[in-house]
Amino acid sequence: MSAISQAGPAASEKAAAAGAEWRRPSYWPFVVPALVVVLAIIIFPWLFTIWMSLHEWKVGVPPTFVGLSNYIRLPGDTRFVEAVWHTLVYTALSVVLPVVFGTLAAVVFHAKFPMRGFLRGLFILPMMATPVAIALVWTMMFHPQLGILNYLLSLVGLPPQLWVFHPATVIPSLVMVETWQWTPLVMLIVLGGLAAIPAEPYESALIDGATRWQIFRYISLPLVMPFLFIASMIRMIDAVKSFDIIFAITQGGPGSASETINLYLYSVAFVYYDVGYASAIVVVFFALIVALAGALLRLRQSTHWNDAGGSA
Amino acid sequence: MSRFRRWLGRIGLAFALFLIVSPAVLFFVWMLSLSVKFEVDNASYPPVFIPEHFNWGNYAAVLDSKRFSTYFTNSLIVTGASTAFALLVGVPAGYGLARMRAHKAAVVILIARITPGLSYLIPLFLLFQWLDLLGTLWPQIIIHLVVTVPIVIWIMIGYFETTPMELEESALIDGATRWQVFRYVALPIARPGIAVAFILAVIFSWNNFVFGIVLAGRETRTLPVAVYNMISFDQLSWGPLAAAALIVTLPVLLLTVFAQRQIVAGLTAGAVKGG
Repeated sequence: MSAISQAGPAASEKAAAAGAEWRRPSYWPFVVPALVVVLAIIIFPWLFTIWMSLHEWKVGVPPTFVGLSNYIRLPGDTRFVEAVWHTLVYTALSVVLPVVFGTLAAVVFHAKFPMRGFLRGLFILPMMATPVAIALVWTMMFHPQLGILNYLLSLVGLPPQLWVFHPATVIPSLVMVETWQWTPLVMLIVLGGLAAIPAEPYESALIDGATRWQIFRYISLPLVMPFLFIASMIRMIDAVKSFDIIFAITQGGPGSASETINLYLYSVAFVYYDVGYASAIVVVFFALIVALAGALLRLRQSTHWNDAGGSA
Repeated sequence: MSRFRRWLGRIGLAFALFLIVSPAVLFFVWMLSLSVKFEVDNASYPPVFIPEHFNWGNYAAVLDSKRFSTYFTNSLIVTGASTAFALLVGVPAGYGLARMRAHKAAVVILIARITPGLSYLIPLFLLFQWLDLLGTLWPQIIIHLVVTVPIVIWIMIGYFETTPMELEESALIDGATRWQVFRYVALPIARPGIAVAFILAVIFSWNNFVFGIVLAGRETRTLPVAVYNMISFDQLSWGPLAAAALIVTLPVLLLTVFAQRQIVAGLTAGAVKGG
């Protein structure tokens, strides 16, 4: 993402590049093979999807052009509308919780202590482990009678829960897994941010007798804000299209209580084989992700503007 | 007084670290515990943490089955081929894009990053059907490129941007061709970057599940898909299931602990994830 923000070479570089124009094209042979691959597996699927979304097409029956009617069908499809709500709730929780916990963990990991690398390696295990494998163990842990989670609750005197087996608790339970899994990524990004902060503000704050909390709140937090934003953005993009965990633990159930857009898309495409309609869902889904990313960007710019206004 | 405070701070740090690391560690310890117990212990309440009798038979049952070796080979082939091919095209591409300063090309990678994996599946599934490739490993090898190629390109652009240009310039002045400069100057320096790209591509390809459930048949399943299919068949024998799950994810866990430096570098630089 940083590469994109640097887009557009500086003016002096441009002048230098103009002089070296003769040798520029010679880098193309390095790029062409990858370009062919990207065209085949990323660009082609996208164009084909847009074309399919304009057709009534069930696998086995030849497609017929229907214009935008697949898209018009979407707002009236209650299962789709519900899936959108589930996705938004799931995503909001799966951004906020990992960002909060990940930031706190990063502050702890920013300290110097023995075996730091090894402990960091252990800490990031959840995000690297095979999602289906951990989903399977979580399913056992959620078991209402034999699961370890209800046993742990009983130890602190709380009543047993139905976890993923009840419509009211299924999404929070899945968010718990998602948070467990992806807090480490937020930690790593924020840790990178903390490492980039110069030492001077800390030194002067310590001399002035600031408390640990004050240092975190007024020095670290504002300086790592850009990294929190990047982490939130990445978390949003991943949470919105979360699939493995939900599919392996609940398959969208009980009923359709945890059916997100991605899960519904799977059913439409590969259970009902309604590829035209599924393609329309893909396009709308992508637009939703871009819109959410835009909203996050907006949020950041507006708070940034307020900060600048406040200090002026 | 100050020594006391420092001592207190150290205790606090140790406690905070314990709190932070324990959810991850305890989970995998519990996974291990489930996998070495007999069904009597797995079905008892309150739960048994360390059993009196270990049941290593859970592992033997998984490893001995003929299907397991098929699925393991499938996983190796799909991950190996898609990673190797991604390095083959992605490393030169990262080099070219970095030297051309073609940052706008990264937008395509970004789109690939944002698009849900399922959306590639619909068109490519139809294409594979039309090409009559379903039933072989080819569809999975090809579609795993969706995961591996962007990771490799993204990490290599970042890496080549940080390597010094001076050596390359002087080699060019000495009459080396662009290819020779890449092969003998840029590539050797970039070895750590290639290692990072390789490790992350392997992990995210190995872990991938969504492509397999749609494209894999009975004989072409990769390990994550095979484990998922076990759930639906014998829901209640937890021991063998946990053993299978641990076997599937063990290579990745070991890689993570031993190569955590490279993984952390790659993830914080690109923050890429497949699927």
